[in-house]
Amino acid sequence: MTVTTAPDLDTDRGTGLTGPVTAPQRTGVGRRTIGLVALIAVTTIAVLLSLAVGAKPIPLGPVVDALFAYDPTNTDHLVVRELRLPRTIVGLLVGGALGVAGALMQAVTRNPLADPGILGVNAGASFAVVLAIWWFGFTAVDDLVWFALVGAAVTSVVVYALGSIGRGGATPVRLALAGAALSALLFALTRAVTLLDTATLDQFRFWAVGSLSGRDAEIAWSVAPFIAVGLVMAVGVSRSLNAIGLGDDTATALGVKVHLTRGMSGIAIMLLCGAAVAAVGPIGFVGLVIPHTMRALFGPDQRWLVPGCAFGGAAFLLLCDTLGRVVARPSEVQVGIMTAAIGGPVFVVLVRRMRMVRL
Amino acid sequence: MTVLGATHVVRTGSFSMRVEVRSVVVCTVLFAATLVVATWSIMVGDFPLSVHQVLAAVFGDGGDDAEFIVQTLRLPRALTAILVGAALGMSGAVFQSIARNPLGSPDIVGFQQGAAFGAVLVIVTWGGSSLAVAGGAVVGGVVTALLVYAFAWKQGLSSSRLVLVGIGIGFTATAGVDYMITRANIYDVQRAAVWLTGSLNGRSWDHVRTVGIALAVLAPLVIIGQRSLDRLDLGDDMAAALGVRVNRAKLGLVLLAVGLAALAVAAAGPIAFIAFVAGPIARRLTNSPSACVVPAAFVGAFVLTAADLAARRVLAPTELPVGIMTAVIGAPYLLWLLTRRARTGAL
Repeated sequence: MTVTTAPDLDTDRGTGLTGPVTAPQRTGVGRRTIGLVALIAVTTIAVLLSLAVGAKPIPLGPVVDALFAYDPTNTDHLVVRELRLPRTIVGLLVGGALGVAGALMQAVTRNPLADPGILGVNAGASFAVVLAIWWFGFTAVDDLVWFALVGAAVTSVVVYALGSIGRGGATPVRLALAGAALSALLFALTRAVTLLDTATLDQFRFWAVGSLSGRDAEIAWSVAPFIAVGLVMAVGVSRSLNAIGLGDDTATALGVKVHLTRGMSGIAIMLLCGAAVAAVGPIGFVGLVIPHTMRALFGPDQRWLVPGCAFGGAAFLLLCDTLGRVVARPSEVQVGIMTAAIGGPVFVVLVRRMRMVRL
Repeated sequence: MTVLGATHVVRTGSFSMRVEVRSVVVCTVLFAATLVVATWSIMVGDFPLSVHQVLAAVFGDGGDDAEFIVQTLRLPRALTAILVGAALGMSGAVFQSIARNPLGSPDIVGFQQGAAFGAVLVIVTWGGSSLAVAGGAVVGGVVTALLVYAFAWKQGLSSSRLVLVGIGIGFTATAGVDYMITRANIYDVQRAAVWLTGSLNGRSWDHVRTVGIALAVLAPLVIIGQRSLDRLDLGDDMAAALGVRVNRAKLGLVLLAVGLAALAVAAAGPIAFIAFVAGPIARRLTNSPSACVVPAAFVGAFVLTAADLAARRVLAPTELPVGIMTAVIGAPYLLWLLTRRARTGAL
């Protein structure tokens, strides 16, 4: 079957569904299996690079030794285990979460431009976190993650509601604009709070930039359960989302509970985005770039797309992070800047390919 | 109200211009209001002054302290606010008229972010004078505008595509700015960071001069171009039939508007939403079908001056950058516009 990246989701998902529902084409499945294996290999390479590259480059041999034959007296091993491993684990978790969240958002809203950054969900979670630090004095990620979840949930509902008012429902341009407007407002309020209170600014500063640097294992442990639940839910709803891609009426006729599926997807998005923002701050465009790339590889079947986006997002974020350590030596470029620098042009290309709605 | 609906035609030789009475009244009222707010803004602060002291200091006989505070600190700031607001308002009105869409303003479609990129590039690479920074902002703004139009062009210009491409390019330019900030040495970073918050804090006569000259040169050209702008509003074919060289007129107007926006950005940083709100408010106030570039300039000056006063006073003694205040005012307006246009099926 021909696979396209054309973000015309309705027809795409239509062809994708006929694959698995009717006799699955062996070649298609084979191709996708190979694709997934290759993706896991890329992710492994990304992990090794992330462990090896940095202010002090460490060859792969000692890196592998540090993982499997740890010697606490060896400084190389210490760097890998104590500094780079936690950072890499956080990157894996967050990248996977953002990739899958993007895939879910694009499927639920049937909008090729959906992304936690563009739709304002990151801004909402950030603002909630700043409020938590400033108003309630929380500082531990364990506590902040709950605020990030609430912030992500409230903003996604508000953006979706504002974007779907009127005839024609939530078109891409309406959602993108509602997200941009709400982001501008929330980031302005966030900045106002951080300017008001230097103590909050100090807490928030190392967090606000969307960076993996200085993330310890504790953070990974705090957010991992949320991301795990979110990923399981994403896998759970993938079959129903395939049906919803055919339109709500057809999905209902196929026995899919449309509202339940949408609700579950919404909760999964909230868990994934909230946990990601709580761990590393707002990072945009992973949720945009990865699902589109993965659709080129796996086709539009959501059941392949979810694992594909999990690995693809993790690999992409780690590679961006590693690249960010190299391009501006001796300082580091935050991973959020790297993803935006790559994601912005991809966004423009996607817009050019879209069939434009009237305006 | 019949008087307000009247129009007069001013003729000098071969030049003639239609003047709407209502527009003139609106502009006069706005100008008076701007002066009042600006005076108020000069009065308040850590060292409060009375109206008399302010007026005396402005004209040079208010005593050394008051004169220093007014002439060196607060007057340049107030003037920068007025001029930057006017430039942004005028620029926004031109873009919105050409795009035939209120979302076409330079802050939404990424030109201001592009201008910011150019300015920061100059600051971190050459650490240049304010003239060089202004030049960088103009080049950045023009290049971004060309890129946005080039990428949005596909068998014609769809305004949704224009807006979305602009958002994407704006994100990329912002990432570029962030990258340069990471790379630069700490002194340049500090200078760039203050400027990037869209702040009017610490503006000097240098900034007043930059925007003042820009307005003095570009604004008359825009006012002359308004005639073509109003005809373009009838559609390209109709405009051509009325004697407008469509493509040349559009290109010229876009370049003028980019220049205004970029120089405003060079002086005060990328202040969002002023260009976006000024045009529609001016149209509502004057109730005029034309592009309202002059009333939009007065609206922009008033809104920015008022926003700056609010940003300084709302949480006093902490002074917020004015960019925060304009976002707090402008973002809800964008959302309102979005829902309203969606209801009528215009988006």
